[in-house]
Amino acid sequence: MSYLYFPGCSLKGTGRAYEESLLAVFRALGIPLTELADWNCCGATAYMSIDEHQAFALAARNLALAESQGSPADGAVQLIAPCSACYLVLLKAQQCLAADIALCQEITIALKEGGHCYRGRVRIRHPLDVLVHDVGLSEIARHVRQPLRGLKIACYYGCQIVRPFALFDRPHDPSTMDDLVRILGAEPVSWPLKTHCCGGSLTGTIPEVGWRLNYLLLREAQRRGAHLIVTVCPLCQFNLEAYQDQIRQRYPDLAPMPVLYFTQLIGMAMGLPPRELGLQRLLIPVDGLMAALSKEGAHARA
Amino acid sequence: MAAIERRIRYESELDPSFAREIIAFSGSPSLMGCIQCGTCSSACPLSLYMDYTPRRIIAMVREGFKQEVLRSRTIWLCASCYACTVECPKQIRITDVMYALKRYAIREGVHPPRFPIPVLARLFYNTVRRRGRLTESWTVLRLYLQTMPLRIPGMSSLGWKLLRRGRLPLRPEGIRDRQGLQRVLRVVERQEVTA
Repeated sequence: MSYLYFPGCSLKGTGRAYEESLLAVFRALGIPLTELADWNCCGATAYMSIDEHQAFALAARNLALAESQGSPADGAVQLIAPCSACYLVLLKAQQCLAADIALCQEITIALKEGGHCYRGRVRIRHPLDVLVHDVGLSEIARHVRQPLRGLKIACYYGCQIVRPFALFDRPHDPSTMDDLVRILGAEPVSWPLKTHCCGGSLTGTIPEVGWRLNYLLLREAQRRGAHLIVTVCPLCQFNLEAYQDQIRQRYPDLAPMPVLYFTQLIGMAMGLPPRELGLQRLLIPVDGLMAALSKEGAHARA
Repeated sequence: MAAIERRIRYESELDPSFAREIIAFSGSPSLMGCIQCGTCSSACPLSLYMDYTPRRIIAMVREGFKQEVLRSRTIWLCASCYACTVECPKQIRITDVMYALKRYAIREGVHPPRFPIPVLARLFYNTVRRRGRLTESWTVLRLYLQTMPLRIPGMSSLGWKLLRRGRLPLRPEGIRDRQGLQRVLRVVERQEVTA
């Protein structure tokens, strides 16, 4: 199966390591990802707050581009959206257009003006869904070269990949990432906050409020013995990682906690070079932790 | 001494058409079926910062407390995490109601001035309309200049760390077919005006 890939704005900026590691992992698995040509911003939560129909038109332009550029499998073009906000907005627009004929007509007329046409034949996928359900855990296990033994991980799903459209995992207690982490040799910790909100863009606009949400997530992960947090979204990764200094000034009981993209973790277990996975872009590095673990592992084996 | 104000509204001061408008705006007619159970407020991670909890907002929309609702901070504190929408036993799309209220407040221009959340929404909207994509570095810088200039020194060390790691590219992003996109958005806008 071939996949088109919709990066979204963050994967070209603060989330560059997500794009790098995603492409590296899919390449190593032998699955080519083609970037959607001339994609536009999904609109995220902000555009929807100003004008809903224009926000749907933004999303629909991307879906129309996907239809014209991709080759359909089972009647639909597969479009991968790694960012949770993009994933949700594209899905929401698709479902609203399918449910509301008047809205669909309005958007179709507008798209035509830009030379586009959308027929509803796109399947929007999150890479976690594709890796677990299309590629399969056993196939991923076959590619593991350096099992991440001894590593305890808090799997963070955040909000928007399971809410409100729970298409590939349970909204209250998702488990696909936990299963994936186990295949990589690591141990997922039980962490009930895995779908609690990181504040999204609120962490940038009203910092004190967002920092407290992130503090609660980080502290609970720490209390449950996690060495690091793994995320599926550029905004979650940024909120959890970038403000730890500021959070620690207010809540000193917090130790530095690395926050990785799940694709970086897969790449590490597959033995891909750290630079290909963008590990050098982390603000809280993970190499010291990995070195300590491998030393511990060597001791245990001796 | 602070002026003493009447805290109770007369029924004649309420706007009976407000609920209808919000239902049309949000596409969630089930709003009227709210049983005031408060599940939304307990599921909401932000409700402890809100002036009115989500449950109260729904009640106030229904009763027509238009000015209080549109001027509340609650609608801007909603982070769109959809916890309330998933939990609501009456299937009210509360997140979409909050979006409808944000749009209404922006349209009426009643949000608190220089409040960062609507300012960010406006910056985001203008940039994406013009260029088709967002450049995080410039958007955040402009947001801080407009709403929190005194915080810039405190954030500069984070900005520098991100720059050094290549996570804050300064080259403005944009799509090739900007004119095509603008044509599409203008048609939507015209249809909305005539609707």
